[in-house]
Amino acid sequence: MIELQGIHKSYDVGSNKLHVLKGIDLTIEEGELVSIMGSSGSGKSTLLNILGILDTYDQGEYHLSGKHIKNLNETKAAWYRNQMIGFVFQSFNLIPFKNAMENVALPLYYQKVSRKRRNKIALEYLDRMGIKEWAEHTPNELSGGQKQRVAIARSMISKPKVILADEPTGALDSTTSFEVMNLFKEINSEGITIIIVTHEKDISERTNRVIHLKDGYIENITVNSPEMNIANV
Amino acid sequence: MLFKIMIDRDKWQEIFQALRKNKGRTFLTAFGVFWGIFMLLVMLGAGQGLENGVTQGFGDFATNSVFIWPQRTSMAYKGFDRDRSFNFKDGDVEAMRKTIPEIQYLAPRLTGGGYGSGDNVVRGERTGNYSINGDHPDFFLIDPVDILEGRFINEMDIRDRRKVIIIGKRVYEELFEKDEECIGEYIRIQGIYFKVVGLFKSKKTGENAMQDNEAIFMPFTTMQRAYNFGDNVGFLSVTSIDEVPVSIVQEKVIDLLKSRHHINPADDLAIGSFNVEKEFKQMKGLFFGIDLLIWIVGIGTLLAGVIGVSNIMLVIVKERTKEIGIQRALGATPMHITMQIINESIFLTSIAGYIGLVFGVLVIEGVDYMISQQGDDAGFFMNPEIDFRIAITALVILIFSGVIAGMIPARRAINVKPIEALRTE
Repeated sequence: MIELQGIHKSYDVGSNKLHVLKGIDLTIEEGELVSIMGSSGSGKSTLLNILGILDTYDQGEYHLSGKHIKNLNETKAAWYRNQMIGFVFQSFNLIPFKNAMENVALPLYYQKVSRKRRNKIALEYLDRMGIKEWAEHTPNELSGGQKQRVAIARSMISKPKVILADEPTGALDSTTSFEVMNLFKEINSEGITIIIVTHEKDISERTNRVIHLKDGYIENITVNSPEMNIANV
Repeated sequence: MLFKIMIDRDKWQEIFQALRKNKGRTFLTAFGVFWGIFMLLVMLGAGQGLENGVTQGFGDFATNSVFIWPQRTSMAYKGFDRDRSFNFKDGDVEAMRKTIPEIQYLAPRLTGGGYGSGDNVVRGERTGNYSINGDHPDFFLIDPVDILEGRFINEMDIRDRRKVIIIGKRVYEELFEKDEECIGEYIRIQGIYFKVVGLFKSKKTGENAMQDNEAIFMPFTTMQRAYNFGDNVGFLSVTSIDEVPVSIVQEKVIDLLKSRHHINPADDLAIGSFNVEKEFKQMKGLFFGIDLLIWIVGIGTLLAGVIGVSNIMLVIVKERTKEIGIQRALGATPMHITMQIINESIFLTSIAGYIGLVFGVLVIEGVDYMISQQGDDAGFFMNPEIDFRIAITALVILIFSGVIAGMIPARRAINVKPIEALRTE
C-alpha cells in the first residue's frame, strides 16, 4: 500500500539547511493500523505531510497504492489527496461556517457530487459516528469529541485508501480519546489503512505496529501483540 | 455551466461568510467601487448634458453649410481699383447652380434694413423692431424652424413675388392678442403691407432661439422688388452634398464669384465666408476632449476603488489561510481556490458598482427632470443622459476590474502551501 525508499527531506532555515528526514525506508501493508511516534523534531510531522502529499521530498521514492508520488503539480496532488487520502487533525480543522453535515460532505464537493447526494452520504457517515442528530450544528456548537467524529467522518467519505491522523487525540480527554481510538479500530477492521502520529504511549499501544522516529531516522519498529490490543479494550 | 456556478450554494455560502465577517470593512471597500462608478456616470451624464445643451443651441442647423457674403476688394485687378464694393447677383446664383454639382442646397438671402434701430413693423396700434429676411424655400432646409401654423415660403411665392410673410413666435406675441388668429392678417413692414401665411418657432435654445423668434421671412424675390434691391443678393447660404466636405464647395463658390466679379484670385478679403462645418468639428473636438478627461478621471477613481477591493481580498485570503489549507488538503484544486477568490471579488465589485450605476442614473435623471421643469431655455446644459452603451461599458469594466482585483489575492492564496496553512494554529 505504502512504500517509502530512502526518503530525504530538508528545509531551508535562513542560510542553513535543516535535514529533517535522513533516509526513511518503510512499507505499510493494506489494512494495517500503524502509529508513528517520536519526540518533537524527530520528523514525524514531516513524514506525515509527505505521506499525505501535502509536502514534497528531496530524495527517494514514494509509492502510494502503486502510484509513484513525485513531482506532481498541485492540481494532480489535490486530486490524489481527494481520492486516496483522508486527513484527521489534532485541531480538527473543520470549516467554521459550515455545519457538520456540510463539513463531512466537503471532499465530495470537490468531486462535483451534487449537493443533495453528498449531503445524504454525509448523513450516513455521521450516523455511523453516532452524531447524526448534530448534523445541522456548526463546529463551535460541538464538543471536542464530536468535532473529531465529524472530522473522521469527513476523512472517510471519499472512501480513501489510507487515513492519516495527526495527533487525533491530542486535544481530547482520555475518555473521548478512548472512544476515538475505538472508532479508528472499527474503521480499520473494514480494511482501511490508518496511520496515526502520536506521542501518547497508550494510543500507540493500541495499533498493530509502532514506528519510532528519532532525529530523522527510524529508530525501531515494534509490533504489538494482538493480546495487548484486546487487553486494552 | 454558468447556471451551475450561480446555484452553487456552497460557493455563495463562502462568499457571504467572508464578506459578512467584517461588515464595516466590506462596506467601506464596496463604497470605493460604488463611488468610482457613481462619479464616472455622473460626470459622463454631465458631459453629455453640456454637449446636448450646446448642440441643441444650434437646433437642426445644417452643419455642412457655409455662409458667403461680399466685402470690399483689397487688391487692384483688371483695371479696377482696390477697395471696391460689389454685390452678388441673381446671375451668380444661376451660374453656381449650373457649374458646381457638389452643392446640395443653395439659398440666396437678403436681410432688410431697420433691424436694431427704430420700429420697422406695424400692425394697428402695435409696433415692433424685427429682422426682415428675404429667403428661398431652400433656406428652411439649411436652418429649419418649427411651423406652428400655416406654411413656409414656397416656390410659387418666389415665382409670383407674392407679398406674404411668415412670422416668428415673438413677433406674434407682440403684435397679436393672446390666441388671436394671425393667418390671413396683414402687417405693415416699412410701409408695405404683407399677408401673414405662417407662424414659426425656433428649434434652437437660448440666444439663438430669441433671435430666430424675432424674425420675419418673406419670399426672396418679393423682397428684391419691394425694397428696391434689383437683382442684388445679400449673401449666400450653401450646403454640400453628403460625400463632399463643405470646404470644397466653399472654395469653388468663392473662385467662381471672384472670376464673375473681376476680383484678384489672391484677394482673400473681398469675399467673406463662415464655414459652419469647421466650427462644428472644432466643437466636437472640444467635447471629445471633455469626454476623454471624464473617462480618465472616472477610470482613475474606479481604479482606486478596485485597488481597495484587491487589498481587502488580500486581507481576506490572509485571514482564511488555514481554511484554504484545509480545503486544499481535502482536494480543492488551485483552480477552485482561484475561482473562489475571483468570484468573491467580482461579487463585491459588481454589487457595489451596480448600486453606483443605479444611483448615478437616478441623479442624472433627477437633474434632467429638474431642468425640464424649468422650461426650454436652460442655456448651455440640457438633458444630461447616459446611453445604454455606456451603462453596458461600465458593467463590463466592473466585472473586468473584479477579475483584476481578485487576481493578485488569488495568486497569493494558491501560493499558500496546504501544509503551512494547516500549521497556523
